[in-house]
Amino acid sequence: MKKVFAIILAAAMVFALGASAFADGAFKIGGTGPLTGGAAIYGNAAANGAAIAVEEINALGGIQFELKYEDDTHDAEKAINAYNTLKDWGMQISLGSVTSTPCVATASETYDDRIFAITPSASAVAVTEDKDNMFQMCFADPNQGSASAQYIMDKGLASKVAVIWKNDDVYSKGIYETFKAKAAELGLELVSDTTFADGNDTDFSVQVADAQANGAELIFLPMYYTPASLILAQADKIGYTPKFFGVDGMDGILTLEGFDTALAEGVMLLTPFNADATDEKTVSFVTKYQEKYGEIPNQFAADGYDCVYAYCQALTNAGCTPDMSAEEICDAMIEQFTTMTFNGITGDNMTWGTDGAVTKGPKGMVISNGAYVGMD
Amino acid sequence: MSFLYFLINGISLGSIYAIIALGYTMVYGISKMLNFAHGDVIMVGAYICFFSLTRFNLPPLVAVAAAMLVCMVLGMTIEKLAYKPLRQATSLAVLITAIGVSYLLQNLALLLFSPNVKVFPSIVGNGKISMGDIVVSHVTIVTIIVCIVIMVGMTLFTGRTKIGKAMRACSEDKAAAQLMGINVDATISVTFIIGSGLAAIAGVLLCSTYPTLVPTTGSMPGIKAFTAAVFGGIGSIPGAFLGGLLLGIIEIFAKAYISTQISDAIVFAVLIIVLLVKPTGLLGKKTREKV
Repeated sequence: MKKVFAIILAAAMVFALGASAFADGAFKIGGTGPLTGGAAIYGNAAANGAAIAVEEINALGGIQFELKYEDDTHDAEKAINAYNTLKDWGMQISLGSVTSTPCVATASETYDDRIFAITPSASAVAVTEDKDNMFQMCFADPNQGSASAQYIMDKGLASKVAVIWKNDDVYSKGIYETFKAKAAELGLELVSDTTFADGNDTDFSVQVADAQANGAELIFLPMYYTPASLILAQADKIGYTPKFFGVDGMDGILTLEGFDTALAEGVMLLTPFNADATDEKTVSFVTKYQEKYGEIPNQFAADGYDCVYAYCQALTNAGCTPDMSAEEICDAMIEQFTTMTFNGITGDNMTWGTDGAVTKGPKGMVISNGAYVGMD
Repeated sequence: MSFLYFLINGISLGSIYAIIALGYTMVYGISKMLNFAHGDVIMVGAYICFFSLTRFNLPPLVAVAAAMLVCMVLGMTIEKLAYKPLRQATSLAVLITAIGVSYLLQNLALLLFSPNVKVFPSIVGNGKISMGDIVVSHVTIVTIIVCIVIMVGMTLFTGRTKIGKAMRACSEDKAAAQLMGINVDATISVTFIIGSGLAAIAGVLLCSTYPTLVPTTGSMPGIKAFTAAVFGGIGSIPGAFLGGLLLGIIEIFAKAYISTQISDAIVFAVLIIVLLVKPTGLLGKKTREKV
């Protein structure tokens, strides 16, 4: 009996050794995101996209990754807890957080701990500000705001615009400010400028009426899709039909349960990813994502996917090995990301500045018959 | 867009607050407790109606009735399990329990209904009518009518019926009411049942007007309606009506004419001023606390 027990124990030890040897051979990537709660669509999409990339890269047999996502419910405090869990787990490189407010919190932690991070989608400037080891895969908010104004002007979509923004949200405010500045510069007339905040985000009768009364031809909505859906419904309620122009937070509006997609017909948004694109990489990603998760990936999924591939490229170039400490990897990554050019599914020839912001070309999309269609 | 448009929207929003405030005020009046779980009963009502409409394709009126029924049973259960054992406890203990029930309901909803936003289909369709240069949706009109009907109904109910009179008697003096042969426990139960039924209606109207539904949908309107109840004078039915309407109108006007950035601050500033001038609220009764 003792002998059998000893053999089992020995076998278990060998197995454990094998398992840990495998873990030692993989880079530990961690990220936080809203996997539950109102912003869960974003968090799950980014996590799923990253998981597909990890699976693909691991299957190639070269660099190995181990990915772990922790839930932060789009809350800064919970994000710190989630981050600490990841640190205890031994995270070497980070995917930051999916949404801006939590990411500002985790970014200062990764900065202090010297862990390199690239966020798929937290677009606020405050995320990367004054942090040499924090990068973004998505556009920074200022770029979204000014790019939107530029796009509206270039395409001649409207001359009088209204903007409704969320004044307690760093994401919304950041885009609003650069949009406003760029609009003034281009001579785009901002005729209505109204706000809302948490706890006051259901009644939009005043904001929409203000836009209508001032003759706005287009309403710019720098916000997430939940309040945006209410604004679309409110405009419909009073029979007001301006053009609507959103940013990446609008992505996901079509997946709202029970949402009448007719309300979103003609809504435009700037997004770097188009699931309808026909290039090989996008098609392969979209097919895999659909097989695995049963839905069409949004921009967040694509950003998550690209982050892991960017890491793969940077780690290979720098010759990093999984036994290196987070700090050593961090220095190598800062050097790589500021010098390399990356081709992903959210853009070709992406480069990063020392401020951590990405440079890539945005694509205009319009919602038509309940699906996103490229505008260019 | 005119004054009238904002006024109608304010009245519609205020009507919803008023119906919710009624639930707070009745429960407070009879058991001197603040039922903070009331806002979450609204949310449950809205979910039941949502699933009845979309999953089981029930006609709107049946769906509303189903929501009311479930909420009534829920209200009664909450009262029996959470509040009744604490009837003799300090008011602070009951208050904390109410907050606990509120969190319990929210988290159960997260678990059962998932956190994903659901878009609520309007129970009266998306029709609208134009009056001059303003457009008013059917939901807005229905909301205002339902609120008036409920207010008149509740006033008649508490004034004319036997149970209504028993409720008033209990709120005046429980011990004396018991001596007069009124079943105080049953009367309190009935109050909770009625309040929860009204919460279901409020939930349906709320989500028909502002069609997003999440497990926390009820909390902010619940707090604002509670404010409305205090504003109008807690414990008073006409007070709840007046407080709700005024709160809705002030909120919309503050947004329309002052600033969308600080509208909530204005709403609560008005509340503070009213309470400074008239601590019992607009229509509150002055009661002298015996020391």
